[in-house]
Amino acid sequence: MSLFGIIASIIDGLLVGSVYGLAAMGLTLIWGVMDVVNLTHGSMIVAGMFALYLLTTALGISPYATLVPVLVGGFFVGLALYWIAVHRVIGRPPLMSLLSTFSVNLVLLGLGTALWGTVLFNVPVSLPSITWQRYTFPGTHILAAVLTAVIAACLYLFLYRTRLGKAIRAVAGNRQAAELVGIPTTKVLALAFGLGVALAGVSGMLIATLFPFTLLSGDAYQLKSFIVIVLGGLGNPTGALLGGIALGLLEGLVTPFIPVSWTLVIEFALFVVVLVAFPGGVFTGKRA
Amino acid sequence: MKRIDLLVAAIAMLAAPAAFAADDTITIGMTQSQTGSLNVDSVAQYRGFEIWRDEVNGAGGIAAGGKHYKVKFVSYDDQSQGGRVQQLYTRLIIQDKSDFLFSPYSSGLTATAAVISEQYGKIMIITGGAEEKTYTLGNKYLFQVITPAGHYLSGALEALHSKNPKARVAFVYSDDPFSKAVVSAARDQAKEAGFDVVLDESYAPSTTDFGPVVNKIISARADALFGGGHYPDSATLARQVYDQKANLKWESLLVAPGDAKFASLGKAALGVSTGSQWELPVKFTPQFGPTGTEFAKKFEAKYHIAADYHSASGYAGAMILQHAIEQAGSVDPEKVAAALNKTDATIFFGHIKFATDPGDHGMQIAHQMVVAQWVEDNATLSRQVVWPRDAASAPLLYPIPSH
Amino acid sequence: MLRRPCFWIITVLIAAFAIAPAIGNNVELRESLVLATVYVTLATNLNIVLGYAGYVNFGSIVFFGLGGYICVYLMGAPGWPLPVALLAAGAAVSVLALVFGLGILRLRGAYFALATIGVNEGVQAFVENFTPFGGSSGLYLPVTMFKPLGGPMEALWVVYFLLVAIMGVSLYLSYAVKLSKFGLGLLAIGQNEDAARVLGVPTRRYKALAYSASAFLPALAGGLYFFKSAFIQPSDAFDLTFSTEAIVIIMLGGQGTIIGPALAAYFYEELRGWLLTSDTFSHFQLVIAGSLLLVIVLFVPGGLMGWLYERWPRLRSVLE
Repeated sequence: MSLFGIIASIIDGLLVGSVYGLAAMGLTLIWGVMDVVNLTHGSMIVAGMFALYLLTTALGISPYATLVPVLVGGFFVGLALYWIAVHRVIGRPPLMSLLSTFSVNLVLLGLGTALWGTVLFNVPVSLPSITWQRYTFPGTHILAAVLTAVIAACLYLFLYRTRLGKAIRAVAGNRQAAELVGIPTTKVLALAFGLGVALAGVSGMLIATLFPFTLLSGDAYQLKSFIVIVLGGLGNPTGALLGGIALGLLEGLVTPFIPVSWTLVIEFALFVVVLVAFPGGVFTGKRA
Repeated sequence: MKRIDLLVAAIAMLAAPAAFAADDTITIGMTQSQTGSLNVDSVAQYRGFEIWRDEVNGAGGIAAGGKHYKVKFVSYDDQSQGGRVQQLYTRLIIQDKSDFLFSPYSSGLTATAAVISEQYGKIMIITGGAEEKTYTLGNKYLFQVITPAGHYLSGALEALHSKNPKARVAFVYSDDPFSKAVVSAARDQAKEAGFDVVLDESYAPSTTDFGPVVNKIISARADALFGGGHYPDSATLARQVYDQKANLKWESLLVAPGDAKFASLGKAALGVSTGSQWELPVKFTPQFGPTGTEFAKKFEAKYHIAADYHSASGYAGAMILQHAIEQAGSVDPEKVAAALNKTDATIFFGHIKFATDPGDHGMQIAHQMVVAQWVEDNATLSRQVVWPRDAASAPLLYPIPSH
Repeated sequence: MLRRPCFWIITVLIAAFAIAPAIGNNVELRESLVLATVYVTLATNLNIVLGYAGYVNFGSIVFFGLGGYICVYLMGAPGWPLPVALLAAGAAVSVLALVFGLGILRLRGAYFALATIGVNEGVQAFVENFTPFGGSSGLYLPVTMFKPLGGPMEALWVVYFLLVAIMGVSLYLSYAVKLSKFGLGLLAIGQNEDAARVLGVPTRRYKALAYSASAFLPALAGGLYFFKSAFIQPSDAFDLTFSTEAIVIIMLGGQGTIIGPALAAYFYEELRGWLLTSDTFSHFQLVIAGSLLLVIVLFVPGGLMGWLYERWPRLRSVLE
């Protein structure tokens, strides 16, 4: 493959990788704040995809105008999920929260299948693209990356510059201490969960502007999210973004040289190796 | 009060059978993928079966050996997964006492179902499993109605050759039994035809982002793309090839372009072709059963969508079974199998004949595929037959626009 | 162990599984029990790692799948007979489990759980690319494979009884472990790993041993199951749904108990089978399974056994 091809691959990998990072940010936030692995994460990404599809076909609005509604809607769905499945299992062994979110995921998948089946949905989005040396970077990829950066920046500002954000970080650091200083921890936990789900939903919405999807698409992105947060370190949203970009970079670097079908093997091998060698995440410099 | 109820019920039960002209019932068992990734095409296949069953029963049942047999279906959801198929087919045979079986949809599921049908000696009509390997393991009761996998892309390769014999060809296909079998044959054919194979890669069936592989297609400066897999990945590949302006002059993908839904891809669908088991414009003169036009009309009237080749395959398979039962004059598996082995008939679907050597028993040896391509007429997309030339309903679109 | 009532309850269970279908050559019952025995085997072996030591192995199906692949492969090209291929598969998988285990057992809690998923998915992706194992097309066994056992009909019975035997060994093994010092150590790890280590429990060794031991019998079960199916492909062999169902079963039955998962496995398989084939509910199978699990996790985390123990504390020593 020519040098231009490799560079194009890398750039595209970075663009798509940033969206992987956004998808993972919600997962890592929830994990970091309340030590819960949200196994409905994949379904929430799919929900965002469906929201894009339904809103654009029913209301005929521009795809990118759905961003804010999806964020807001996702937040409230997250709140509801928290109260249904997570509230009672906070503080209990991790198996319990794994299973409770997992079971809700089964229910959501079952309902979704009954309602929509597993057919392919496509939201056509046409934007001008940039062509360079015979390689094209679709405008949708570029815009998705830009929006991801904006959302990540907003999240950062929220967590570090607002009182509520501080409260979330406090609860993440030491829940008992936060409780003692008067922070209403339950409310904060619910809010953090809502935020995490909102992020998952909006990443789904952005992904749906790039690729077609089915009800089952969430699975693949959930697995990628796991890989990303392992790279980036739990509870570290910036790390998640970097991890996503790293994953995209890896995919872009590796595919020109080896058959595409080996990409998954490499990703999973990397996943296990990183987990074992850097349990605290590659980008945090922590060791377990 | 109760006595009268019982009496009425008894009379009703006695009277009921008289409403049917049938003496007996044939049970046909199958699984469909009501959920899972194979859902779209499996349901299409099932509709073909269904419309046949309703027709047959409406006409009084299958006539064999002086009796009339009504047809009853028993079907379960295999969730597009092989894991349940064997248990379900065993259940269909043992508990539901199926007389005959229809295959699930897709080569992978068919292969695993075939193990069970052979273990219990039941005839299975295969309308959704094209891979050849299944028939080479020494079977007696499998009968494949559709053209085997190896031929799926031969027409498309021939069509390309007629326009550009020196084309640079890329094979990008799903890593599943069906697609691998298709490309394995297509690759040999491409090399023999003198094409330059510049890329040859498979991707995991669950792949969501084809960006990297499309970049490889661009890097290889390919003129033509062959491959894909089943509906979700073929459709996604088509879209991304278009988004990334891969500059292809010819694009043949498996399965997806054969479905009416493919049109929802808009401009990305224009010019994409596929190997199709059946298209409406191709007119065969049937020795029995409806013509293609009649079948399409009936189908559209009942389901309000156009019939595609999966539904046609289902209907054709069922028809062939019926014909064999009628010819054998019995529902005994051995006699029906013998009749199937002797079948050499042309129906709306095409010419049907089965291989009878133990080495490849059941494989379809007479049916031919056509190449269907999405073309534009006054800004409306439609799928037309473009190859072979004498069956074509529209001229070949080459090179395909804006790819 | 022979003196404890639980041992005899297990024995009765195994006898029931073996005898019930044999009466009157009931092929129907046998077929529906095959999957039940597999579920019991998977759940019971998983219990050693999950129920005792508290380590959530989401990807335990990898043992089953690899066992299946190695056994089918050895019977195919090299042409080994079934018993030898089975034992070789079991041994190979146990060794692999030990190797993988030593690596990932350093992780705790959710990290470990994710790593097990990674192992399963990675192995599946690898097998899909590995030509000797047939890649994504899988491996076939021609019908002649059943000849040494007397033909397909007889072979299916032999396979069933072997599966029941493996299930039985799993149950006895699990119970024996629970009663042993090794088991006590695992339970201690499950309660508080650091405290256990401080108190002298050789945690690393025990965990690795448990992980490796919990791989052997599922590998054998996998070999038998795919031999019977005469066909194995990656998507069936490494289906994560199976291992997550095994976890559901352990939770339903009561983690750390023996009888609990065994009973739960049987009932769960029956329920799921019924749901799958019922016209009204087949679409809702996932909804029902998920809701059931959610209710258990939120309200009855001790599962069936936990609930029974609370009602009738005497049962604790009888139904373990």
